[in-house]
Amino acid sequence: MAGSSSRNHRTSGAAAHLTEPRWVRWGLIALTLGFLGLFLIVPLAAVFTEALGRGWSAYTGAISTPDTLSAVRLTLVAAGVAVPLNLVFGVAAGWAIAKFQFPGKNVLLTLIDLPFAVSPVIAGLIFVLLFGRQGWFGPWLAEHGIRIVFSVPGIILATIFVSFPFVAREIIPVMQAMGRDEEEAARVLGANGLQTFLRVTLPNIKWGLLYGVLLCNARAMGEFGAVSVVSGKIRGETNTLPLHVEILYNEYQFQAAFAAASLLALLAIVTLVLKTIVERHVGRTTVQPGTATDTLS
Amino acid sequence: MFSRQRRNVLPGFRLTMGYTILYLCLIVIVPLLTLPVQSWELGWSAFWRVVSDARVVASYRLSIGAAFAAACVNAVFGLIVAWVLTRYRFPGQRLFDALIDLPFALPTAVAGITLTTLYAPNGWIGRYLNDLGVQVAFTPLGITVALTFIGLPFVVRTLQPVIDDLDLEIEEAASSLGATRWQILRRVVLPFLFPAWLTGFALAFARSIGEYGSVVFIAGNMPMRTEITPLLIITQLEQFNYAAATAIAVVLLVISFALLLAINGLQAWTSRRLAA
Repeated sequence: MAGSSSRNHRTSGAAAHLTEPRWVRWGLIALTLGFLGLFLIVPLAAVFTEALGRGWSAYTGAISTPDTLSAVRLTLVAAGVAVPLNLVFGVAAGWAIAKFQFPGKNVLLTLIDLPFAVSPVIAGLIFVLLFGRQGWFGPWLAEHGIRIVFSVPGIILATIFVSFPFVAREIIPVMQAMGRDEEEAARVLGANGLQTFLRVTLPNIKWGLLYGVLLCNARAMGEFGAVSVVSGKIRGETNTLPLHVEILYNEYQFQAAFAAASLLALLAIVTLVLKTIVERHVGRTTVQPGTATDTLS
Repeated sequence: MFSRQRRNVLPGFRLTMGYTILYLCLIVIVPLLTLPVQSWELGWSAFWRVVSDARVVASYRLSIGAAFAAACVNAVFGLIVAWVLTRYRFPGQRLFDALIDLPFALPTAVAGITLTTLYAPNGWIGRYLNDLGVQVAFTPLGITVALTFIGLPFVVRTLQPVIDDLDLEIEEAASSLGATRWQILRRVVLPFLFPAWLTGFALAFARSIGEYGSVVFIAGNMPMRTEITPLLIITQLEQFNYAAATAIAVVLLVISFALLLAINGLQAWTSRRLAA
């Protein structure tokens, strides 16, 4: 979205010899619309069609069952813990990495990216290996009557892990682009550290921060594989909304499954809309997982 | 002297750095360390017996093969989509541009049940494919479809900024030297895009290898035929066979890390190209 103004300007200014023949252009546009239609629009439309297939009352009935509501609640709790924690981490990591020089910076950046390279199933497995009954801390936890795996804390931990890099990796490039002149000026003029951060840094990074939180939240609320491994899927207790979708689907309650899925699809649409708005403010194209590290040094 | 003085002007380095490392260790490093430690305890011969089992090897072949096929589809269409969205103008363009990120935003379980419903023999799309004698759901082809969906944004989003960066003057120069449009695309534009294109391909490939949620519904999950590696890990876990689950996971993780290293190398190449 960003840069589209310059883009359009260029395209409209391009002479005929700098673009493809008309039939090629229309052919490629048709191919693009066909591909995106088949892979993005048809599935999105299918979610809502299946969800509303038996009418509005069946739909509202399906999403207001106690099990669905408790799944929604748990999803909100998990994201409500994971996102703020990863937000604080992202800001701390951004401050340390963008404002200071130290050896091993690239190694640290790679380590922060690590959860992106780990399969969701493995993300769940490692917490089972740590806190499961046969895990490293398993016997100790059992002795003290603490449950982490197959319980809410495990779900929260797995959610934190999979959504770990999102805020940090959005905020670091923004803070680096900002440099440190403004903060130094604030310090010289007598502001203390907290004032400098709140009055100088924060206004500059707020859109990047919001962007990271959006992506982090989408992943936290939608995570399936990692949470599935640590959850134990006890209805009404350790069932998040994506897990609930799976259970309903596997029980052949298709309409109810798609009704629950439609809530998550709505979340995705809201995320995309907000993201587009934020991008308009930041004025840049998306930086996807795994593509930003090289711009930092 | 000067740099030392600069460093002291801004506060909070020790606090933020300490917190960063502590949090990183607690959430990521220590949990991940369970994998090598646990498989070390298993011993080499037992480890090898698990990961060279025919069913496990079949799952690696399927996971890697389907991920590779999906990344290839995305490489071809991603290039076209990125070019069209960046260079051409047509109604609804911004909407399509925003929609590209849908696979990142849509939870994988939702994608999984939706694609399965669409491509099942009685589904919206599967119905017509079925008439043609093509079965998609519950076959490796279905896995490839799901992974194509998951990997769709990577090639497009990696290429878009590079295409945007492409200087029209270079194309102008090639054109005034007598090159045809096709020659310009082939000799000037594509070589310039190549590193980013390959990066996008590798990102889509890496993401797809470990993917679980969107695949597990459409796969059919038949041992030896349509059973992906992440599912096999879960199967072992459900039988409380933690050692086997860990061994399979370690191999999957090593493949992912090798790809991550390759991607880092590719990105260094891309940025050198852009800087030059």
